[in-house]
This record gives sequence, C-alpha cells and structure tokens, in this order.
Amino acid sequence: MKKIPTASIEETTGRILDELADLPGGLLPILHRLQEEFAYIPAEAVAIIAHRLQLSRAEVHGVISFYHFFRTTPPGRRTLYVCRAEACQAMGGKRIEEHLRATLDVDWHGTTADQSFTLEPVYCLGNCACAPSVMLDEQVIGRVSTARIDALIKLAGSE
Amino acid sequence: MQEHHAYISLDTSSRSVGADALAAQLQATAVQKPVTLTLTRTGTRGLFWLEPLVEFATPEGRVAFGPLDPLGTDEIVQLFTDAGELNVSHARYLGPVDELEALQRQTRITYSRVGIIDPFSLDDYVAHDGFAGLRAALTMQGNDIIDAIADSGLRGRGGAAFPTGIKMRTVAAQADKQKYIVCNADEGDSGTFADRVIMEGDPFLLIEGMTIAAVACGASQGYIYLRSEYPQAIDIMNRAIEMAIAQGYLGQNVLDSGHAFDIEVRKAAGAYICGEETSLLESLEGKRGMVRYKPPLPAIEGLFGKPTLVNNVVSLVTIPDIIRLGATQYQQHGVERSRGTLSIQLAGNVKRGGLYEIPFGLTVRELVEDIGGGTATGKPVKAVQAGGPLGAFLHPSQFDTPIDYEAFAAIGAMVGHGGFVVFDETADMGEMARFSMEFCAIESCGKCTPCRIGAVRGTEVIDKIRNGENADANRILLRDLCTTMVDGSLCALGGMAPFPVLSVLDHFEDEL
Repeated sequence: MKKIPTASIEETTGRILDELADLPGGLLPILHRLQEEFAYIPAEAVAIIAHRLQLSRAEVHGVISFYHFFRTTPPGRRTLYVCRAEACQAMGGKRIEEHLRATLDVDWHGTTADQSFTLEPVYCLGNCACAPSVMLDEQVIGRVSTARIDALIKLAGSE
Repeated sequence: MQEHHAYISLDTSSRSVGADALAAQLQATAVQKPVTLTLTRTGTRGLFWLEPLVEFATPEGRVAFGPLDPLGTDEIVQLFTDAGELNVSHARYLGPVDELEALQRQTRITYSRVGIIDPFSLDDYVAHDGFAGLRAALTMQGNDIIDAIADSGLRGRGGAAFPTGIKMRTVAAQADKQKYIVCNADEGDSGTFADRVIMEGDPFLLIEGMTIAAVACGASQGYIYLRSEYPQAIDIMNRAIEMAIAQGYLGQNVLDSGHAFDIEVRKAAGAYICGEETSLLESLEGKRGMVRYKPPLPAIEGLFGKPTLVNNVVSLVTIPDIIRLGATQYQQHGVERSRGTLSIQLAGNVKRGGLYEIPFGLTVRELVEDIGGGTATGKPVKAVQAGGPLGAFLHPSQFDTPIDYEAFAAIGAMVGHGGFVVFDETADMGEMARFSMEFCAIESCGKCTPCRIGAVRGTEVIDKIRNGENADANRILLRDLCTTMVDGSLCALGGMAPFPVLSVLDHFEDEL
C-alpha cells in the first residue's frame, strides 16, 4: 500500500478538526471521519488531534485502541467482517470462520498477502434470523455457505 | 396494461438474502409483461424465513409471494400472468398478508407500521397515526406524560427492565437547565435486531418517542448512539432527522410549542461494553468506554455531568403509542409485572426466525415450537439462549417457563432485550460456555478485576476441564470463579457472563 504523504494527513486532519473540534465529546466522530478518509487512523493524525482537543497523545491513542472498529494500519481493499456470535454459531458459523481463515490464509485482523482482503471478527451483525452472516465492507450477506463465500471472494477479489 | 403496486423490504436482513436483486428482477419483468409497476421499499414484516418477499396491493389488502429466489428469473416472471395479472396459482403465493398465521399470532403495537409504510415518507408516517402521540403530549403537563408512561407499566426493553416512568421522573425532577435524552441503539446482543428493524423501517417513531421524552423531562438535546455494524440504520436515521427538522418536528421550536429539541446520531465503534449505559456515556463524551461507578445515577449526573435519560430504542418507540392510546390500553397486555408487548427476536437454528411482537406470558416452548416451527435443521432442540450473550442457556426441561421478567429471573435466566437463539442437538455446550468467557474477555472494559482477569481465567479453566485436566477440581474452581464475577463485577458484563456458563454446568453436565 502506498504511503499517504504526511502533508495530506495534516491537511485532512486539520480540515476535519475545523469542522468537528467544537462538537461536544467529538473525538469519536473525528476518528470516524479520519477513518472514512484514509481507511485507518494514521499515527501522524494523533498528535494533531491531541493538540487541538487539548488532550494528551496517550489519551487519543487510548481511545483509538479501546474500540475494535478503529484501526491504525491500512486494511486490504475490502474488509470482510465475519460474525462469530451465538446465532451464527448455531447455524454452522464456525465452519465459515475456519473456511475463510484457511482460504484467505490469514488469522483474525490479518490482511491477505495481495492486499485484497482484511478479515475481521464481529460479534453480531443483527442479522441473526438469517444466520450465518458476514459483512463485506458495508454490505451484510446472510445465509452464507462455504460455496457462497468462495463465490463472494472470487467476485470481490476481482473487482 | 395492468397497474401494480409492489412492496419489497429494504431492511438489512432482507437485503442480505437478496431483496435488492428481487427488486431489480421484478422491475425487469414488468417491462416484459403488460404491467405498469410502482415499487415501494418498506421496512420488514419481520418474517425473515419468507424473505425475499414481495407484496402487492389489491382491493382486498396486500397479498404476498415468498420466499423467492432472487436469481430465479422464471420464478419472478411467473408472478404475473401473460395478461399482466397477479398469478395467484404461483408456487410461492402466500395469500393475504394480514391472514398469515405468523402475523395473526402477534399483537403489533410498536411495530404496527414496520413493513407497511415507506420509512422515508413523513407523510406516510403521519397518515398512519405518526406524531399523534407527540401532538397529544404537547397539550399535556410533563408530569402527566410521565404518569401515563409509569401507569403503562413499561419497563426498559434494553435488558435491565427498569421501570421507564421512574427513570423519567428522576430526570424531570432535576433542576438543571441542560438535560439530555440518550437513545441506546448499541444493540450488541447476539440474537437481537429489534432496534435495527425499527430504525430502518419506522425511523420517525424513534424521533417521536425521543421528542416526547424530551418534552416530559425538559431536555433540549438528544443523542442516538448507534452501532457501527448498522451502516444502513445510521443512514436512515440521519435522513429521517433531516426531514423532521425540515417539517418542524425537531429544532428550536418543536411544532410551535416553544420546546427546543435536536437529535444527533453518534456512530459507535464496535465495543460491546458501550451498550452498558455509563460506558455509553463515556463514549459519547469522546472517551474510552470505561464503565462508571453508580451512584451517581445517569438520571442525576449523566452525559457531561448533566441529568440524562438513557433508554433503549424499543423503550423509546413504545412511548408514542402509550400517549396516543392511553396507558390502560397498553397495560392490558401482558402478565403480572411484565406489561405490554415484547419484541421477541427468534433466531439461530430455527425454522421460522424473525421478529414477533407478542404480549408477555407466552412460554418458551410455544415460541420455539409453535411459532418457530422447531429447528431449521429439523433436529431436536437442545438449548435456547435467551437474553443475549449474558443470558442462560435454557434446557428443554425449562421450556414451559412463561416469558416474563420475574418468571425468567426465578430460573436464573433473563428476558433481556428479547433475543432467543435456538440450538439443535449438534451444539457443543462446553464450547458455548467457553465462548461466553472468551467473549467477556474480549469485550471487558478492564476497569474491574473480576471481569478483566476472571474472564481470561474462566476461559483457561474451561479449556482444562475440556482437556480432562483435574476436571472435577476445576469444575469447583469454575463455579467459584463464576460466583466471584457475579458478586464482584462492576457492571452486567462481568456480572452476568457467568450465567450461561453456570447454566451449562447445571443442565448440560455431561458436556462441561
């Protein structure tokens, strides 16, 4: 993955802060916007946010690391979230988990060597009556089978 | 040319099994046949085993076809005869929607509009009694609104079942000028989707419920803390709020009443613990979602230290109907101290999974066998986990327990947010117990030791038992650990994660 120029990070972070720094308790919205822009939260942004919000860098880092959704490294082109919660387990979700980890040859939170997929566990997509479920970026897919997963990976990987 | 008005759900679950493809196929089919098609995307009826489902308006009411194969072109082409009429001899024809047994068994109050109206149409909402509750509330004294909610017997539907009226009264009694209404839409329990279904299918109802609560409590700012796993619900709520502002239902002067109220959607970030109200408030303040000590109660010192009403989506969306219909009408449903209806979410390994709004009092067996039709795999039911990942696994010998808060508490179970996850005989209950501890370890905020350390040790002890290392002694140790977590944890995560573990030890002793 190409490195994002520091100037671009500074400019974008500054722009987001201009808009959101005064929002009460606005750190999560700020981090979400950054992640929408860059697909992760670049380390360079932390000091800028901390300075503007009058927090320590440790505090900002502490918030980023607390939440599963925020990432500090670039993900693959597509992120595949796999539901590991009980309703999916009741419908054979474990097989989907194992199949995906083997097929993509990555563990949880890992990114495939060709940068096409990042695999993330998720604990409930709220699609429990159509289990087992996965979410590809923001698209939830229900009643998945290993065959459907293979087709999905083939299709999404070629896009 | 035959004119047809079709309705297809846009709910995430419907889309996850092909509702969009069905909509596209249907429109393509209409071009080929002598049909003029109007298509409205609605929320879902909650009958997910019938999705993808299409409904058509007829003079006698809507009729439905489902489940359709969204890629099965023939199946969709055959929805119409060559003359362009609805093909009622279609293999997937279900007949009039209102006569479907799964809907007839329900008492739809809160979910009465979901699946019927266009969630993006404020006019449609108003035409279906929308904002009637708010208009009535604006003619009432705040105390009278709260009395009605207290009289209805409504208890928090998020899981804790605390009387909603009492919480509101506490917030209303505070003298502070700045108060907040916080909607907990961080629906993290596995097996639950009631919040999402309402936000995607009837978003103005949540706006109305929050606004009535704000008028009653004297709050001027509302937040909806909505999980990041629900991108479509976030989008729909944001669009609904914009429309409500444009039409004067929100803003500096709600319906010219002099009340000011704004709502902002705040996207959560994947931490289960943030469904706990104090952790949620920390997160809204831009911090790590660490659980707070109580007292002070959020109703007295909540968001930014101000009095805050924190309620689950389903609690808030029940308010408009209580005000519109009156407390007595809502209160007459249910049993004992569990009044009104519960939005039951039936999921996992079950034939007819979905959302069912039903008065309290139904037994677990009736739910799973009569309504759910048994397991999807056709194998015997082994267990039902009620109330999310912190709820006990119910053994079939307990299935005659009525679904009400106290009856469940009496057997060490909980109704929680109304999620029921069914497992067939292939489920490995030892593995499920391990998962409960593992999940708690992953999601613990880390503030208190019993939860932070206990969950990790619990996972290890279960592994030892399962590997046959000092199994009997380790079972005693596991129970001891569970007791420590239950008694010593700061919040419900560490305090209840042992319940599923204990239920496996008690009722599935061969497996752990």
